[in-house]
Amino acid sequence: MAELTTVTDKDFEEVVVKAKGPVLVDFWAPWCPPCRMLSPIVDELAGEYSGKIAVAKLNTDENPETSKKYGVRSIPTLLLFKGGKPVNTMVGFRPKADLKKQLDSALP
Amino acid sequence: MPDVAEVYDVIIVGGGPAGLTAAIYSARAGRRTLLLERGVFGGQIATTDVVENFPGFPEGVTGPDLSEKMRAQATKYGTTIALSDVTAVDLAASPKVVRTSEVEYLGRTVILAGGADYRKLGAPGEKELVGRGVSYCATCDAPFFRNQRVAVVGGGDSALTEALFLTKFASHVFVIHRRDQLRAEKILQERAFAQPKIQFVWNSMVEQVLGEGEGEVKALRLRDLKTGKESDLQVSGVFVSIGQDPNTVFLRGLLPTDEAGHIAVNEHMETTIPGVYACGDIRAHSARQAITAAGDGATAAICAEHYLSQFD
Repeated sequence: MAELTTVTDKDFEEVVVKAKGPVLVDFWAPWCPPCRMLSPIVDELAGEYSGKIAVAKLNTDENPETSKKYGVRSIPTLLLFKGGKPVNTMVGFRPKADLKKQLDSALP
Repeated sequence: MPDVAEVYDVIIVGGGPAGLTAAIYSARAGRRTLLLERGVFGGQIATTDVVENFPGFPEGVTGPDLSEKMRAQATKYGTTIALSDVTAVDLAASPKVVRTSEVEYLGRTVILAGGADYRKLGAPGEKELVGRGVSYCATCDAPFFRNQRVAVVGGGDSALTEALFLTKFASHVFVIHRRDQLRAEKILQERAFAQPKIQFVWNSMVEQVLGEGEGEVKALRLRDLKTGKESDLQVSGVFVSIGQDPNTVFLRGLLPTDEAGHIAVNEHMETTIPGVYACGDIRAHSARQAITAAGDGATAAICAEHYLSQFD
């Protein structure tokens, strides 16, 4: 999978659940200011973890099913998927250093 | 020996109305100004839907809009911004030291404007269900509760503002307050009482947030403070709006604070340490408004300027 991709309710199963390696999913919406602030950081992480962790963005306005399925009721929320299941949940905006710590702890 | 060029004249911790106003003033005074912000510019107003009581905006202004304008104004005059969390400070050193997890900054003066964070209920189930029905920000999370029953805990301006905002999405909004009188502005009380979707649950406290087993909020266990009786209120979400705690954990022991942790200052925003100021919600006896925070920020920056000019 490309290092940064957009995912929808339709292809979530295929792109994230069935992915070989870990996938970080960014749940966001256009009206959410902290989401807008997090977005460029997520883009940077996609580059820095290229080859180790894939990154996908899901617009919760357009894709309500996935949010409901995984109990996401607040954005921004980052879910790190491994083996088809969320292994780490990060709710709310946080600085890049924080996020990297979380991602690093999930890598072998 | 640090390079002299690396020492800032003013380091401002926090990018809400207090910090950003201080930055505007310091930068315009020609001082080398650094502002550190770990989250979203604007602080608590960044997630406020509409601000109707900040002077200059008779039609109101959205929190994100006001925040962005303040940030733009601060950078326009040359403030350097660093997006980092301050983890420690050494205010006795000269120059003073401000540390993040990655870098150490040196400043001749420090303006503490780190504001406050949402107060938690401290009830079982609350921590476990954050982001899964427990929220501290209606403008952030309301869209996830369309046509559902939600509760707001609190009785002040924020609680009522949140409740009114939630009526745009939720089917029912229960306002749970521990007393039988609200603290909020009269105008907000009137709006809330007139809103059919809002129901008040008086003299009550949240004992527990239920739903951990299901991975989402299912109900609140309430206790009536007058009768002692417990009852369960079915809701999909609870918005906690019971006040704030100042972000001073990293400052405890370094500066006198009140019992809640707010930093003691005089009317010039001076702390007990020369060259160190505190402004906005982080300081004691603040009126906790965006406009008073902005006023504090200006006062602090002007004082810092007087202090620095002694050494010019």
